[in-house]
Amino acid sequence: MISPAGRPTRRIVPCLAAATALLLAATACGGGARAGSPTDKITSITVLDYYTEKSEHDQWDQVLTACGRTAGVRVEQTSVPPASLIPAVLRRASSRTLPDLLMLDNADLQQIAQTGALTPLDRYGVDTRDVAEGILSAGTYQGKVYGLAPYVSTVALFYNKKMLAEAGVAVPDTWDELKAAAARLTRPGRYGMAVDANATFEGTWQFLPFLWSNGGDEKKLDTPQAAQALRLWVDLVKSGSMSTSVLNWTQADVHDQFAAGRTAMMINGPWRIPAMEKDRNLDWGVAPIPVPRAGRTPVAPLGGEVWTVPQNASKARQAKAAEVLNCLNSASTMLTLAGQHHTVPSRGAVAARYAEQNPSMAVFVKGAEGARARTRELGVRWPRAATAIYTAIQSALTGRQTPEEALRQAQRTATRD
Amino acid sequence: MTDRTSPTPWTGAGDDAVVDTADRGMVRARARERLARWGFVLPAAAYLLVFFGYPLVKNVELSFQQYTTTTLYSGVAPFAGLRNYAAILTSDLFSEALAHTILFTAGSLLGQFVLGLALALFFQRRFPLGGVLRSLLLLPWLLPLVASGTTWRWMLDPDTGIVNAVVRGLHLSSSGVPWLTGTPQALVSVILVNVWVGIPFNTAILYGGLQEIPPHLYEAARLDGAGPVSAFRHITWPLLRPVVSVVLVLGVAYTVKALDVILTVTGGGPAGSTETLATQAYKLSFQEFEFGRGAVLGNVLMVISFVFALVHLRAGRRARAAGQALT
Repeated sequence: MISPAGRPTRRIVPCLAAATALLLAATACGGGARAGSPTDKITSITVLDYYTEKSEHDQWDQVLTACGRTAGVRVEQTSVPPASLIPAVLRRASSRTLPDLLMLDNADLQQIAQTGALTPLDRYGVDTRDVAEGILSAGTYQGKVYGLAPYVSTVALFYNKKMLAEAGVAVPDTWDELKAAAARLTRPGRYGMAVDANATFEGTWQFLPFLWSNGGDEKKLDTPQAAQALRLWVDLVKSGSMSTSVLNWTQADVHDQFAAGRTAMMINGPWRIPAMEKDRNLDWGVAPIPVPRAGRTPVAPLGGEVWTVPQNASKARQAKAAEVLNCLNSASTMLTLAGQHHTVPSRGAVAARYAEQNPSMAVFVKGAEGARARTRELGVRWPRAATAIYTAIQSALTGRQTPEEALRQAQRTATRD
Repeated sequence: MTDRTSPTPWTGAGDDAVVDTADRGMVRARARERLARWGFVLPAAAYLLVFFGYPLVKNVELSFQQYTTTTLYSGVAPFAGLRNYAAILTSDLFSEALAHTILFTAGSLLGQFVLGLALALFFQRRFPLGGVLRSLLLLPWLLPLVASGTTWRWMLDPDTGIVNAVVRGLHLSSSGVPWLTGTPQALVSVILVNVWVGIPFNTAILYGGLQEIPPHLYEAARLDGAGPVSAFRHITWPLLRPVVSVVLVLGVAYTVKALDVILTVTGGGPAGSTETLATQAYKLSFQEFEFGRGAVLGNVLMVISFVFALVHLRAGRRARAAGQALT
């Protein structure tokens, strides 16, 4: 990519000349790229995120450009695939070339904040009033707020209205209803229910609402509550209401199954809504995730990306980045973004207004209210527990271990030094 | 290593003669030659040191450190002694991953080699379109593994995959085989995919080896009344042996560390049943950010590869000796 200013091209020529003459000279050319004395006027800042999908990238580009304009800077947005973001951040942290503004999945924030590569946002006077407690806790490390998310999301139960009507099944509210409905919706070539139970953090993420709604806890996995939640998934697979392929499906695969009419219900997130809306033949509805017993409130995991200001030699650049961050988290930008991405604004008052305007999002607004951050209890130790949880799910679903055995082993691996 | 087959011109004059005649010009010429020799070695040596030596040493160092995400930013990596090794080598996951690695490597090599050899022998005959077919056979080798791995994942899908559709269609099993979702089956599946990936390499090298065998040996054997089986046993196999050992040793080195095949087809699942040392190392380092522990597994893989590299060197020497015997 060549920027309009044309600076990179000019820098390359002497660099090449120097490199051919003497290898060492090349390092000198690379070093000065981000220099800028504090007195220099900042005209542009760099941004790193994982919005690689074309439409998403373009939407973010517009919002970032608009926010940049209010701060008087040009925003250079770079997007890497989600799986490459953390490796990229770690690499750039060690070479001190982090962007001015950095997006992180909220579950990764504490891990990165622990390294010391981020700056607390209070020093820039960032406004954190009225921000939902869940996402604020995800953005906080050792009592200081390091990241803010304009919007949050969570997962819910999507269902195919036509299939439910044909089978004469009501939208399930409880686990028993879910099992019964899934069984009645299962036909040759079609399953009643689909989840993502694969061996990644995505599998863990989809299991959490079942674990938490039943009073299970990631700190102590070998409890009857946790085993009951896992048994629900095992029963769904054993009874044939759910394909054994859930062991390999990603959330995108689950969505494909749903869109193709091969499953009547699925667990997924609101970011799938744009694709579902484009599909004329699909008549879908969305409901809260079924709870163990009627009357319980579902506890869903909190999704959403937080924006951070990394350490930087230039205070002026950091100030500009913080200005853009503040703009992203302002009420009006939040509303725009949430509308674009079918997510929920992170400030309470804004979310309430949003729910009034978009009744179809009511399920997610309510779900996000009570949603829990994955790192709330374990902080930087979360990745290990998450690994133990998806391993337990896989062991139980393949029948290698009973849910109880699988979770006992998960607890052992999660707490091993 | 001294190369016994190539003549060495520099020592041809004999040392005594140099001292006796005290021919200074000759001494200077030899010094220049020695300098030139080092000049040729130096770039290669520097390359090896920077791109192989440094990472190797660094990985060993890493395995003795408590190297976390924080280290990447602060540079502080406390010395951990043997703690990383103790934690990794005593865990159940390690012995399981080691067993899977051995099964995966042995299974892959057996399949690749037998099928590769059969195809190489087949293509040795001349028939129309033989050359075209032989080059088409290289296709799996040329495809990016992520693409072919994903395609395999679709084909092996228990519900909608074509493989199970065939199995059901032939009435071999009414419910189909849980290729990717059964715990023993998944390992078999990744082995099968890896066999498919490895056949071109085996065929290409073995075919090359077969071309080297002088045809007059077969003619002589035919005159002596040897059938195809005894020709294979007494001519092809013994003369192909050096190539065979090279193929197998390289195969081990490639297969032990195979990561992409497994990650794209099963991701190590279900329930860790296709987890190998390589996937474990990857997950420890890049998902759990336990770089020190990931490095331990990396070192284990290096030791295994090193052992086979030694075998390879010996096999190479034998191959050269056999080559000499032929000419």
